[in-house]
Amino acid sequence: MMPSTHDWINNPLGVVEGMFAASQNNPNSGWEAKAVEFFKDHLKEKDAHTWVPSLNDVPLHYLKPNSLVKFRCLIQDMFDPEFYMGVYEAVDPSTKAKVLRCGKYKDVTECGVDFDSRNTVTAERQTFYCVPIPGENPWVKESYAGSSQARVVPSTSYAPTRQKRSYEEDDDMDDMDTQMQREPHTGPQSPTEQHGNGDCKRRETEAPSSQTAPASHLDLNFPLPGEKGPSCLVKVYEDWDGFKLNDTLEVFGILSVSPALSALADKKDASSSLLDPTECMETAEEQRVHSPPASLVPRLHVLYAKPLPHNNPLLPSATLEDNSAFLSSTLSEMASVRAELLTFLTPILLGDALAAEYLILHLISNVYSRRDVLPLGKFTLNLSGCPTVASYTERFYQIIQQLVPSSYYLGMSLQNMNQMRFVPKKDYSANRLVSGALQLARNTSLFLDETQLEQGQLDTAGVRNVTALGNLITWQKVDYDFNYHQMEFPCNINVLIASEGRSLLPSDCQIHLQSQITPPHMEEYLSSIHVHPQASQLNKFRMYLSVARLLNYSISDEVTKSVEDDFVDMRKDDPQSISAEDLHRMLVVARLLSLSLGQTSLSRDSWLRAKHIELLRRSRMEQHTCVNGNEP
Amino acid sequence: MSSPTSTPGGRKRGRNTNPSTPSSEGPTSPPSQRRRGQDSSTGDLMPMPTSPATDMLSPAAPQDNSLLSSPRPSVLPNEVDMSSPLMYGTPSSRVEGTPRSGVRGTPARQRPDLGSVRKAPQVDLQSDADGAVTSESNTGQRLVIWGTDVNVGTCKEKFQRFLQRFIDLTSTEDENAGLDLNEPLYMQKLEEISVVGDPVLNVNCLHVQSFDAELYRQLICYPQEVIPTFDMAVNELFFERFPDSILEFQIQVRPYNALKTRNMRNLNPEDIDQLITISGMVIRTSQLIPEMQEAFFQCQVCAFSTRVEVDRGRIAEPSVCRNCNTTHSLAIVHNRSVFSDKQMVKIQESPEDMPAGQTPHTTIVYAHNDLVDKVQPGDRINITGKISLHRDLNSSSNVPAGVYRAVPMRANPRQSNVKSVYKTHIDAIHFHKTDEKRLHGLDEDAEQKLFTEDRVQTLKELAAKPDVYERLSSALAPSIYEHEDIKKGILLQLFGGARKDFSQTGRGNFRADVNILLCGDPGTSKSQLLQYVYNLVPRGQYTSGKGSSAVGLTAYVMRDPETRQLVLQTGALVLSDNGICCIDEFDKMSDSTRSVLHEVMEQQTLSIAKAGIICQLNARTSVLAAANPIESQWNPKKTTIENIQLPHTLLSRFDLIFLMLDPQDEAYDRRLAHHLVSLYYQSEEQIEEEFLDMAVLRDYIAYARTYINPRLSEEASQALIEAYVDMRKIGSGRGMVSAYPRQLESLIRLAEAHAKVRFSEKVETIDVEEAKRLHREALKQSATDPRTGFVDISILTTGMSATARKRKEEVAQALKKLIQAKGKTPAMKYQQLLEDLRGQSENAITKELFDEALRALADEDYLTVTGKTVRLLA
Repeated sequence: MMPSTHDWINNPLGVVEGMFAASQNNPNSGWEAKAVEFFKDHLKEKDAHTWVPSLNDVPLHYLKPNSLVKFRCLIQDMFDPEFYMGVYEAVDPSTKAKVLRCGKYKDVTECGVDFDSRNTVTAERQTFYCVPIPGENPWVKESYAGSSQARVVPSTSYAPTRQKRSYEEDDDMDDMDTQMQREPHTGPQSPTEQHGNGDCKRRETEAPSSQTAPASHLDLNFPLPGEKGPSCLVKVYEDWDGFKLNDTLEVFGILSVSPALSALADKKDASSSLLDPTECMETAEEQRVHSPPASLVPRLHVLYAKPLPHNNPLLPSATLEDNSAFLSSTLSEMASVRAELLTFLTPILLGDALAAEYLILHLISNVYSRRDVLPLGKFTLNLSGCPTVASYTERFYQIIQQLVPSSYYLGMSLQNMNQMRFVPKKDYSANRLVSGALQLARNTSLFLDETQLEQGQLDTAGVRNVTALGNLITWQKVDYDFNYHQMEFPCNINVLIASEGRSLLPSDCQIHLQSQITPPHMEEYLSSIHVHPQASQLNKFRMYLSVARLLNYSISDEVTKSVEDDFVDMRKDDPQSISAEDLHRMLVVARLLSLSLGQTSLSRDSWLRAKHIELLRRSRMEQHTCVNGNEP
Repeated sequence: MSSPTSTPGGRKRGRNTNPSTPSSEGPTSPPSQRRRGQDSSTGDLMPMPTSPATDMLSPAAPQDNSLLSSPRPSVLPNEVDMSSPLMYGTPSSRVEGTPRSGVRGTPARQRPDLGSVRKAPQVDLQSDADGAVTSESNTGQRLVIWGTDVNVGTCKEKFQRFLQRFIDLTSTEDENAGLDLNEPLYMQKLEEISVVGDPVLNVNCLHVQSFDAELYRQLICYPQEVIPTFDMAVNELFFERFPDSILEFQIQVRPYNALKTRNMRNLNPEDIDQLITISGMVIRTSQLIPEMQEAFFQCQVCAFSTRVEVDRGRIAEPSVCRNCNTTHSLAIVHNRSVFSDKQMVKIQESPEDMPAGQTPHTTIVYAHNDLVDKVQPGDRINITGKISLHRDLNSSSNVPAGVYRAVPMRANPRQSNVKSVYKTHIDAIHFHKTDEKRLHGLDEDAEQKLFTEDRVQTLKELAAKPDVYERLSSALAPSIYEHEDIKKGILLQLFGGARKDFSQTGRGNFRADVNILLCGDPGTSKSQLLQYVYNLVPRGQYTSGKGSSAVGLTAYVMRDPETRQLVLQTGALVLSDNGICCIDEFDKMSDSTRSVLHEVMEQQTLSIAKAGIICQLNARTSVLAAANPIESQWNPKKTTIENIQLPHTLLSRFDLIFLMLDPQDEAYDRRLAHHLVSLYYQSEEQIEEEFLDMAVLRDYIAYARTYINPRLSEEASQALIEAYVDMRKIGSGRGMVSAYPRQLESLIRLAEAHAKVRFSEKVETIDVEEAKRLHREALKQSATDPRTGFVDISILTTGMSATARKRKEEVAQALKKLIQAKGKTPAMKYQQLLEDLRGQSENAITKELFDEALRALADEDYLTVTGKTVRLLA
């Protein structure tokens, strides 16, 4: 098995071309579908996908050009579809005969193309600009990297030590190398294979230097500041209408880093005098964005793209329905894991068990459906009463970070609110969507630290940012700014607001922390709770949270009836006590509570329990209101 | 063959794997090798069988796969090809400036919009051109343009027949205003050209289609060949008719409205080189680019000059002077070369055309000659043009006017791997701004959504159902429970009344849009309803009164960062022209912002006088507003005005004011609970179903708004009059007025909207009944005097109920009496006076009431209040 594996991973184009050649005598062979099928089948084999090296954890210069690689990413932008030569005719350098070549999954043609040949077939493909999943936590990255079985060696004869040499030097050497290699081998009409390889070698060595070079005047457009990793131009050949912006995918495709792709940028300065100034000005920015150097932004020609329902490496990749054994074993354990998690979280929340319970509910919440404009299942939690000493919120966030696959900490300082870009904006001169902090993958935990808020004035941008946050929380959507109009993109982000008093942002549920710790001891206590649980325990929690989110849920007619009765009774006693909105919230709490216990349908007990904790929470809020007096 | 989609198989690029013709034919010689003046064989013209169907076998069809924008070898050398569309034109005229008339005298202007290769050959054919063409078409010898099934003679004849005979009785385009509909339309246009002298003939492709489907198909499929043929035809015809007219250059035909109107997203390789019309929004325009059409070379040695045409952005520089045989002696002389204007326009898909969750696509359009600077960023346009493909040769193919040394494309055999990606652009032939008229009047085109026959049928079936009104209203925001009357009101708002124009009687436009205000307790899903409406309508805006300033709502002037010019940026109200503007937290709006709404909500215009820009913009928008009561909870003991603290001047501009209150009754609670619970576990299919409903609803509304324009029937007018009189009567018995003319107007609008819901062209009594009912419901909720329980419209119109006013007067009189009873005390303590009055009166006197009474007396100049003392005057 391994040898064949190597073939399709190391030289997928060989497989494709083989199929293309075989199809030539048979016009209706549907080789394209077969080729895709071939890779899909191979990837389905047990563990096969772990043999494929991943762009996420292997540096680009270690990857072999034109080999099969995978990439875990988020679709950040969608470029215009492009037409390319699907089939073209070229002169074979050895036989001098014209042969048909397949242009699919390639960026560049081989030499001697007959551009006027009537056998040329123009085909269409779509380009997505993909970035690594924003806010992906280190444990996820490590876990994925750890499970990879790809044997990545620096692809050619270059020893890794050579990377350290300055690349200009290398550059020259390489040129000579490749020249010399080429000359005796093929004569003047060198086949592209060789040429391409030679150039790729050069790229390889160039890559680290440009990657380490700070601010290489190319903004990779990551949604969150301080993100690292390669971004990638993903070329999709089929069903591109099925992809949406901000989808998370695992893409299997052929890596293309041909330097010809970025030649333009290099050439630009030299030739600009020749180009019409207006034309050049128009496109310079756009070109930089749309054809960045391949060493920085490699191209990936997709053979198979798998949408990721979750990004938890600990979960089996198959969907839960298909994996009943796993599902039943986890379900039975869920209640006990929940108890464990509760004991783990309670000290972190200053000994407040109720808040810890709500935090669990929040962590497994998920927008599972939308009814016209109403997102269902969202559960934005506002933890008020957070101590402002000893960077409590940061520590708290670090715990969250350990538990969820992706998260982002946003300190709501005046500076951040006024200066950060939250909402993605279309930049028409570069023709791309400039990302913003709210362009997040689904189920990302967004931690808003309102304790950072200080007195001062929000400027226009700040007001817009606060509005965007408000919209995000209330409607789970972000209105992207397209300058002439706005476009609404639905999202699914778990927002957790830590604040001192009640948050200025709306929230589905507010709970005031009841600290069991007296203020003088706070500092001491906080420094002691910096717990590092065992990895196995953490993994249990991580799995638990992801599974609970993926479960299906239903309400039986019987329970529906009793819920209705309850509601009517409560209203009878005191109409003011419960409104439709409260019922909404209680239904969400009941749902999350059931799921957190591994129950996929609402039971009477869970409903009563949901009612109970809601009551506790509300009474606490009233108390708090009385104490403060100035709360609305 | 009748439809453009069933073009011969050979045109289906990307699928053709079977080139059936031998490649030994003359035409296969690549066009790039062809030079002007080089002799070419007669093989360029393929005698074809008359039936176009056999075109499948045409050797030329696969030629379209070629990579260059238009290397059709149909650029034919003149001697042979008498029927070539390129034959008209007199090159010499370019040099001479004297205007002449007649086909031969008028210079042909190049048409870069049809592709750069397609230049009129610079050969003088005047002597025999006309004769040759006619004789050829008569001999019946069927020649077609290489690569197509177009026979120039037939095509020309057909088009001339079309011009001479086409009559459009149903023309509604305002371009045709003033023309006699019973006369051939295009002949009148030609006449116009002869008078005005603007040599551009816009031809509606739909007209061509209805006249001759085959001609239309050819036009769509082979625009590059057919349009010059049309040009030729129209010029012959024109100069025959108006031999004495003097035109700047020969008439150019600009077809528009190709039926293949496409969404940018649907463009695919099969559309290349075809005539398409797509809609989009201009996002960027470049500066003017002078594009060289013809280079002028002069020999440095002997001063011999020669002209070289630009071929696909390149100029083949002659290396040897033909006169003195010196090599490399020719130098370009720029100011004697010929340039044409070109502009790059970038368009983006209109937001309405886009599937959810995707980003808009963009396309590059090149505008040529007089189309340059016709559009500005932000314009919504329909472009008719030809989509072309060019290979992205690391942008060298983009070089517009630089001189490239004479390098044939494949001169360098070692030119190795190149990018296999093409770039596409559209050469614009015709621009049509869809929003051009939005500032002036109602634009039908923008509203016009194309409905398929099936869709119209479904909609009509739905309209025929007796309970269509209930059905639609329940399909509106299904996640919001009950509030049926409110939903019905909003439904009527979505349809809107019929537009009427009274400008001749001095009244101006009559507002057709229904404005609705929702007020009520917080958390009664008002915002949700607003969000729903905003998502439902194509041109909706959603703002919050809290955040928006007057500027954000109306318009503001800012300096464009690029051009440094002052530009007017429109706000939510103007943007939602012909749509709905949803304003949440209406009560939180600042007074200055609110005052802007006065004009918008009745006159439906917006006047701006800022930074030297004074203008009036249309804002024919329906306002759907939501307001919270001032005391967080609705106080049933107070009137609407008191609860939401909005000026009554503004309130009276709302047709319907609804209260969204918690009903607090058991059966309601139970239904509500059931509704909510089911919301939380509904299956996917049910949700799917609903989405379908939303799409149907959207189409239904769009259809009704576009096509249905009901008029009042006699009975309906009577019913309206009665209803109004009744309304006035109710109040008059108690000295109150319960209706004003504004209410009558509201009733009319609502009745019209209800007729639209039924797809009825006539407003009938049932419409009036429903309008009355709804109006009454809304009044009952909002204009009930909490003190008496009667409906009192004056609460809304004057901000105070008649009883309250009466009471105020009574208190004022009582106070006056009290003061008079006190005798001659010029100054009194405020507090003392209040207590005295309280002691005297049997009714409870609040401080407010007392203040009001004092104010009333102060108005009478009876007393004056300074601080805590009350002084008598006089």
